[in-house]
Amino acid sequence: MSRVARAQLAVVCGFFAVLELLTRAGAIGPLTMIPPSAMAARLWTMLMDGEINAAMAQTFANVAIAFALSVGLGFAAGLTIHGLPRLRRLFDPLLASYYAVPFFVFYPLLIALFGLNRWPLVAIGLVFGAAAMVIATLNGLDRVPPVLRKLARAHGLGRAQAILLVVLPAAAPHLFTGLKLSLAYSFIGVIAGEFILSGSGLGHAIADAYDSFDNPTMYALMLFVVALAISLNAALHVWEQRMMARRSRR
Amino acid sequence: MSVRDAGERRSLRLGDAGLLLLFVVLAWQALYEAVGEVALTPPVATLANAGALLRSPVFWGHAGATASAFTASLAIGAAAGVAAGLALGFRRFSGLVAEPILTSLYTLPKVTLYPLVLLVFGLGLSAKIAFGVMHGVIPVILFTMNAVRNVDPVHLKTARALNLTALQTAATILAPAVAPEIFTGLRVGFSLTLLGVIIGEMFASQRGLGFMIINGINTHNVPTMMAVILLIVAFAVAAGTLLLVADHKLHRRR
Repeated sequence: MSRVARAQLAVVCGFFAVLELLTRAGAIGPLTMIPPSAMAARLWTMLMDGEINAAMAQTFANVAIAFALSVGLGFAAGLTIHGLPRLRRLFDPLLASYYAVPFFVFYPLLIALFGLNRWPLVAIGLVFGAAAMVIATLNGLDRVPPVLRKLARAHGLGRAQAILLVVLPAAAPHLFTGLKLSLAYSFIGVIAGEFILSGSGLGHAIADAYDSFDNPTMYALMLFVVALAISLNAALHVWEQRMMARRSRR
Repeated sequence: MSVRDAGERRSLRLGDAGLLLLFVVLAWQALYEAVGEVALTPPVATLANAGALLRSPVFWGHAGATASAFTASLAIGAAAGVAAGLALGFRRFSGLVAEPILTSLYTLPKVTLYPLVLLVFGLGLSAKIAFGVMHGVIPVILFTMNAVRNVDPVHLKTARALNLTALQTAATILAPAVAPEIFTGLRVGFSLTLLGVIIGEMFASQRGLGFMIINGINTHNVPTMMAVILLIVAFAVAAGTLLLVADHKLHRRR
């Protein structure tokens, strides 16, 4: 384990230790927050009893569908917009202010469109996730050195071949950033949609626990979501590092 | 480039923007025809409703509440974000330790932490401000940190060779080098802070534009909800465009 990783572990553990001390000592009242160990204990029983299995299955499936669609559609849109500079100039300011719009207010509209099922939530996840992929694709394509494109032409590659063999590998680091952000935003969109408006899923379970003053359950679920986000990020981070190391070895 | 070319390019751009707007309006109208007025009002009616809202004192009361919460969040987020980013940028090790932690926090669905914010700050203005800061501060930290890291070491060596004092180095070398990236961070933070404040108002508030939206949803007052959203989007896009233009100018000047 590297020095940096050890320090990161120390920071995270230290944070929870301080929280544990403050809540145990009564500096933070039990109505505000419960000790992290109590959150973990409650989470453990919930996972063992299978209380949140249905909610988990629903949320994960929605995030997975939204993520897959975001990456596919976002990449295609980024490729198209990049090829049309006039369109690009129009879209840049829109993309720049995109994340200021609270899209889940359109949940009622989405229900009217798709019906009361998983698709309104998937759509919210998609709307959040796709823009990140579009932006990353544009960034990646912008940074492909012109000399590589010339090289592809010199070798007489067709359009599809040039994209597959030259442009995509050259833009890969930015595309990977896009994947990461897209996953994060799909997750945020689906959970936020559930939290605010829907009647099921992990986000709704947190809102429900809050409304019924069930602090242990609420904090257990929050801990779960936080731990999930951190482990997803860590996994992607490690994967990215390995990919980068392989690229620089070549 | 001649003046005439620039003029032609601008009119071409305006024409394109007009086309895009026309496309959006048509798509919106088509969507309205498909779902009806349970969930949507058509473009022209929404514009009229928004115009009526702009003349009503009730709306300005709510808009004022949102504006003051947003300004406070942005000021706190910018100051704290730049300060933390500078500190982490200059200490390489701390920066390396903090970066993945900050990225994880950035990707967290922060809405789920809203009950915690409410329990800590109570209902009202401070909870909204805290929520806005939570959304906006992390990109500011990350961009500032990277700006400091990417300062060309040769420039710093030059400063030492010229015997500049720390203050002179900061003013003449560091500030111009990091300003464009920090501005980009603040631009991203601007959008997310606005989102955070509006979401904050949607739950635990009786005032503000977010409250008007959620109230519209809960009472099936679709026209008001749509008009408020249109005004927020218009503001966000206008401010975002201005900030983007300024951002490009700053980056080009280097």
